[in-house]
Amino acid sequence: MAETSAENLKTTPLFESHNAAGGRMVPFGGYSLPVQYPSGIMAEHKWTREQAGLFDVSHMGPSFLVLDNLSGDAEADHAAISAVIEPLISGDIAGLKPGQIRYSLLLNEQGGVLDDLMIARSPLVAGGLYIVVNAGTKDADFARIEAAAAGKARLIRADSNYALLALQGPEAVNVMAQIAPDAIDLGFMTYNAFDWGSDKIVVSRCGYTGEDGFEILVVSRDAVALWDALLADSRVKPIGLGARDSLRLEAGLPLYGHDLDETISPIEADLGFAISKRRREVGDFPGAARILAERESGPSRIRVGLIVEGAPAREGAEILDASGNAIGVVTSGGFAPSLGKAIAMGFVPPAHATHGNKLQVSVRGRAQPAEVVPTPFVPHRYFRKAKAS
Amino acid sequence: MTTKFTPDHEYIRVEGSTGIVGITNYAQEALGDIVFVELPSVGKVLKKGDEAAVVESVKAASEIYAPVAGTVTEVNDALSGEPGLINADPEAGGWIYKIAIADAGELDDLLDAAAYADLTK
Repeated sequence: MAETSAENLKTTPLFESHNAAGGRMVPFGGYSLPVQYPSGIMAEHKWTREQAGLFDVSHMGPSFLVLDNLSGDAEADHAAISAVIEPLISGDIAGLKPGQIRYSLLLNEQGGVLDDLMIARSPLVAGGLYIVVNAGTKDADFARIEAAAAGKARLIRADSNYALLALQGPEAVNVMAQIAPDAIDLGFMTYNAFDWGSDKIVVSRCGYTGEDGFEILVVSRDAVALWDALLADSRVKPIGLGARDSLRLEAGLPLYGHDLDETISPIEADLGFAISKRRREVGDFPGAARILAERESGPSRIRVGLIVEGAPAREGAEILDASGNAIGVVTSGGFAPSLGKAIAMGFVPPAHATHGNKLQVSVRGRAQPAEVVPTPFVPHRYFRKAKAS
Repeated sequence: MTTKFTPDHEYIRVEGSTGIVGITNYAQEALGDIVFVELPSVGKVLKKGDEAAVVESVKAASEIYAPVAGTVTEVNDALSGEPGLINADPEAGGWIYKIAIADAGELDDLLDAAAYADLTK
């Protein structure tokens, strides 16, 4: 049952720490990473929802995109760096305030999603962006960004000389208060750099579990010390890839390569919010013709959430209508530890996508009842700053 | 009474002409938290190596194969409400199904406890 692999797996700066903590290491996106620790996926999942979970996400693709030549005018430099990245993506980057992060989509000319990514305006450096892409697509993403930046900006990859940690859960903020006290003033979807160890850490208030939390970029030489410092807090436990996946599924968040791929449009994926208003009005993003038409007239399929009765419906399971006709396919599915039942996401024609609609899923050839429900399956608990009165 | 094992981590505890089948402690540890068990139907006739049941963890589904040929005589209905019994007590309360053994000779092809222990070292 042990997974073995002949491929030459990369390791993160925390490889030894995972082994020492009893992590069950598996190949993932070309890296050897822990799928779980001895307490198991269910316990790790629940711990993250109740306390704080610490994840090694160093396999992802953090990077910095910086202008070659600065004008000295911060707003003009931000406009210039935004103009480099915006032709590739769906989001309004020009409109970001310093330190603000935006979830965006890298698109192809057919309006399909090449990746989903976080793009942030540097709070410190004019003409600088912090960009984090997915592990599986990072080489292609970076090549695409570099090609677009040629002669204008430089892409600095930070996926080999840094570690990226995610601290997620309701206690994350109280733990961060011990590590970088000023970081707890960050609002949701903002970031800044703070002194820690021998260098600065880059702390983003975001994550992919549906909980309040932080992602922390740390230079490799400080990674183990930061990991240990976080785990020294009794509210923090290390969490593997298994619970990372069940947490994001409960949060209704799509996963690239599963719920998103280069044939799926943002409208089909129910990510219309990632097409910023200004970009929509101008229609200046790749695949705008298809995406705007789908936004206007509706797509032919749309991502829905399903509560499944019985065995979990995994990726690839057929979705059937009440009469048993195949109408779609599950793109992510499994067991939701917080709910104690099976949940799934998949694509169906909009006529079947109404909440409460009764469908079926085919698991090992057997039709099981499923109901279309709103996502997230478990409410998001992102930190929202009270508005100044 | 004797217990035999397959290289796929099923056990069969033989009581007379009946076998009680489940997965080993090693298997439940490897699978992690079990969240769903698809039981065979009573009366189902199985050949050795047939898929008899499916055990699902949070992450994945794993097929459970028949260690020997026979007919399913009883299933552990408690697993429907409490699949975690397999994690808690795989070789007693977490048994999966009972089989009327068609050919006791097939038991000789299975591993004994010592051989299975060697396999999972």
